[in-house]
Amino acid sequence: MSPAPAPARKLRVATTSLAGCFGCHMSFLDIDEHLFELVELVEFDRSPLTDIKDVGPCDIGLIEGGVCNAENVHVLREFRRHCKTLIALGACAVNGGLPAQRNHLPLSECLREVYQFRPGLDNGQIPNDPELPLPLDKVRPIHEVVRVDYFLPGCPPSGPAIWKFLTDLIAGRTPRLANGLLHYD
Amino acid sequence: MSALPATPTAALDGVLQRHGHCPTELLQILIEAQDLEGWLPAQTLTHIAQSLHIPRSRVEGVAGFYSFLYTQPVGRYRVLFSDNITDRMLGNTELMDALCRKLWIEPGKLSEDGLVSIATTSCTGLCDQGPAMLVNGRAIGQLTHRRINEIAEMIRQQRPLELWPAEYFQIGDNIRRKDSLLNLDMKPGAALAAVIELGREGWLQEVQKSNLRGRGGAGFATAVKWASARNASGEPKIIVCNADEGEPGTFKDRVLLNSYADLVFEGMTLAAWAVGASEGFLYLRGEYRYLMPQLEAVLTRRREAGLLGHHILHEPCFDFDIRIHLGAGAYVCGEETALIESLEGKRGTPRIRPPFPVTKGYLGRPTVVNNVETLAKTCLIALAGGEAFAASGTAQSAGTKLLSISGDCAEPGIYEYPFGVPIARILEDCGASDTQAVQVGGASGVCLAGYEFQRRIAYEDVPTAGAFMIFDGSRDLFDVARAFVHFFAHESCGFCTPCRVGTSLLQGFMDKLADGHGAKADLADIDWLDRLLKNASHCGLGSAAPNPVIDTLQKFRPAYERRLVSLDFEPAFDLDAALAEARQLTARDDPGAHLHTHEEEEK
Amino acid sequence: MTKQFLLDGQPVPFEDGQTILEAARKAGHYIPSLCWHQDFPPHGSCKLCIVKAAGRHVSACATPAKEGWEVESNTPEMNGERRGLLQMLFVEGNHFCPSCEKSGNCELQALGYEYEMLTPRFRHFFPERPVDASHPDMLLDFNRCIFCELCVRASRDVDGKSVFALTGRGIHKHLTVNAESGRLADTDFSKDDLAARICPVGVILPKGRGFTVPIGERTFDTETIRSRTLKEEKS
Repeated sequence: MSPAPAPARKLRVATTSLAGCFGCHMSFLDIDEHLFELVELVEFDRSPLTDIKDVGPCDIGLIEGGVCNAENVHVLREFRRHCKTLIALGACAVNGGLPAQRNHLPLSECLREVYQFRPGLDNGQIPNDPELPLPLDKVRPIHEVVRVDYFLPGCPPSGPAIWKFLTDLIAGRTPRLANGLLHYD
Repeated sequence: MSALPATPTAALDGVLQRHGHCPTELLQILIEAQDLEGWLPAQTLTHIAQSLHIPRSRVEGVAGFYSFLYTQPVGRYRVLFSDNITDRMLGNTELMDALCRKLWIEPGKLSEDGLVSIATTSCTGLCDQGPAMLVNGRAIGQLTHRRINEIAEMIRQQRPLELWPAEYFQIGDNIRRKDSLLNLDMKPGAALAAVIELGREGWLQEVQKSNLRGRGGAGFATAVKWASARNASGEPKIIVCNADEGEPGTFKDRVLLNSYADLVFEGMTLAAWAVGASEGFLYLRGEYRYLMPQLEAVLTRRREAGLLGHHILHEPCFDFDIRIHLGAGAYVCGEETALIESLEGKRGTPRIRPPFPVTKGYLGRPTVVNNVETLAKTCLIALAGGEAFAASGTAQSAGTKLLSISGDCAEPGIYEYPFGVPIARILEDCGASDTQAVQVGGASGVCLAGYEFQRRIAYEDVPTAGAFMIFDGSRDLFDVARAFVHFFAHESCGFCTPCRVGTSLLQGFMDKLADGHGAKADLADIDWLDRLLKNASHCGLGSAAPNPVIDTLQKFRPAYERRLVSLDFEPAFDLDAALAEARQLTARDDPGAHLHTHEEEEK
Repeated sequence: MTKQFLLDGQPVPFEDGQTILEAARKAGHYIPSLCWHQDFPPHGSCKLCIVKAAGRHVSACATPAKEGWEVESNTPEMNGERRGLLQMLFVEGNHFCPSCEKSGNCELQALGYEYEMLTPRFRHFFPERPVDASHPDMLLDFNRCIFCELCVRASRDVDGKSVFALTGRGIHKHLTVNAESGRLADTDFSKDDLAARICPVGVILPKGRGFTVPIGERTFDTETIRSRTLKEEKS
């Protein structure tokens, strides 16, 4: 679907990945030549595409990944504060995804397994550097931590699904994912 | 398969023998098998399955369904605190904490020596004399700190229950107001003699003239139910007395069974005469198991008097007998089709209707399921005629109603009123003052606010199975609704999606508000859940589950609003607490090792 | 003259005893279901087939059609309730589609697509449900169970084995197998049982086979559950 006439000003868009694999960002790049159309309609704020470190006032925020640690919470809240519209992008943001598979294990077991019991980690310790964000007891979908306006499932959502979703939003239509664009896998 | 030690096997075989190795007796067998060791070890389930020639999975399915059946070890003293809102108002939480502290155990856990376990259970029907508990199935009311101290001591000394003070187990009737039923002093058999005289058809006509409607709450016309079963094909026909009085706040059936059992059994026999039934069951809730011996004694006496068995009162074509079937802690079994499943020794899952029990009930046979009070009332009709019965009450609600009154009033207990009595009159009679709200009909009923106290108890106005819980100005109606929501989540059978998941979700939202994480958005989600539960649930439990929330949100909305910490959104969990485990593992306590739960504090 | 009722304004003929769902599907109208199966009596637990008949909510799979009824099914209200029920099923279990071999062939997922479920909406329960990999041929991943009882019914009523049953109550209800050990390997379950291939989601799966059909080319990747169900009805 082609985007509606461009809005009066370019919409400002920020993106980030929390507990994600950047797969959704890669899929975003899969919109291929639409990227050229997109930059006519939007400008990017904080995003791996711009290297801006702090999110400023934005129209749209795209969050990939679930919430697994304290830093994720800070970033997510910052996005929520600055973005008029916040979107959960991909399976992990929508329902915790792969990182949430640790939720049925006690956190201590996870950390000990990684830092103490692995072969070659004879004197391994769970790192306690204050620079490192502490993990939450459970990985949460982002809608359990902040209010989320839209959800775009998929692992990752396909390029066409992301393009459809964004063009709907930019044109002022409530996004719909019909005709095979909606996938959970 | 591992073998059982010799003695339990012999005892277990005795249980199986007593029940004729009959799979429909599975629930009864499990209850009695559990008496042997206090719980149901895996090998016991296997042995029962083999002996009954049924799949083990079925036995495990049934054992896992009922609250009072344990597939994990429980204490030799198994203490269950009744957890109705009325028990809470009388301080059951503090008493349970105190007992746990004295015995060094946590609620829901078994003490290391296997001596005692303490937990809560749904309303045990002693709201007029709470806080109450069950110890190994025996009811104790009027708990005080003094009683708790003594109980702790007796448990520590491992004193057998038989040697506990007898007054502990005395359960009073607390009858405060009598009308036609409770004043009836009938010689056993008198009503039966009268209806045999009338003939089956004549008797059914009297019931029809009486306009008697079911006292379980739904108010279905008794004569129509009986006639449907009589006209249905299939033999033998069954009369079931529903004494699964599980609705929180109701205890009238307890009193009828304790002091008016003859009226109840006679009523069942009157129903059998009308319907042409030959088998009867009293489905007695597990919480009232302590009534079993005296009820069995009444049945024996009635058999000896020719009021049960072959040729009742020498009538050649009148054979009818009654068996008592125990429940085991499942509110849903008060729903008549779930009750029938339970009678058949299955999980208490409500059936798809139609077919209705009157055509296809117990083992596919025509089955009448009536409330205890309904059946007792038929004695009045038999003795004085249908027209006399219909003369009291209101146009659509003939006769009287027993109310179980509890909560904030001077004289809790049983009150019998003609239908049509206004709420305000009842409140006055029982000595209630500063009344803020009344929950009529139990958790699934209706919450009435002050401006509704002129409404009347009647099917056409405020229908009720009899529960009447009073809350004065000091009570928080949100707490009341939340307690009921917890009750429904605990009692959902789990069959259908909306009730299984919806009651848990609703509980989650109520807890979110209670825990100080409430946001305005939650109220909209609660509304939405209420509607889905009401619309989509398979049976009355699910569709009634949101009632307490719907009513209180409408009539006591500020009780919810004052709990909101955000007018927008708020997580359901404490973010800082979610880091606690990581803090402990890393021994960190720097500012970066914490999160503010409220976002505003972070700015 | 044949009897008929109105489904979303369209006449649907039916024979006595036919349910709303059967008659509707026969006439080419889709009403969704998860626990219903043509070879078994109606079960009525999933509630996806909920419709409004003469103003009252009923399960279409379990409600005999009635002459002259007006039935609402494909309406924003009913589809909204269905979406809500799907969200409930998604949050109560652990449904992680990207790692599930059933993805693309899963009826729960396909209904999520059909009713545009973009978010599970509620808090996830993240229940603990261990996997049973004891059987040589088949795997049980209880994380995905939706309690339709199709395996229970198939094993009991067709296979004659009662390998599966439900135990527990309410939100703690769970699937169990017919062995004191609780292990599938200790039952007489066989990969050739009907119960081995009737699960609409990814609980009962064959071992040693995975991703033979790539994601993106599976049943519901290429066809909606609506059109597939109606096609099956015709054949």
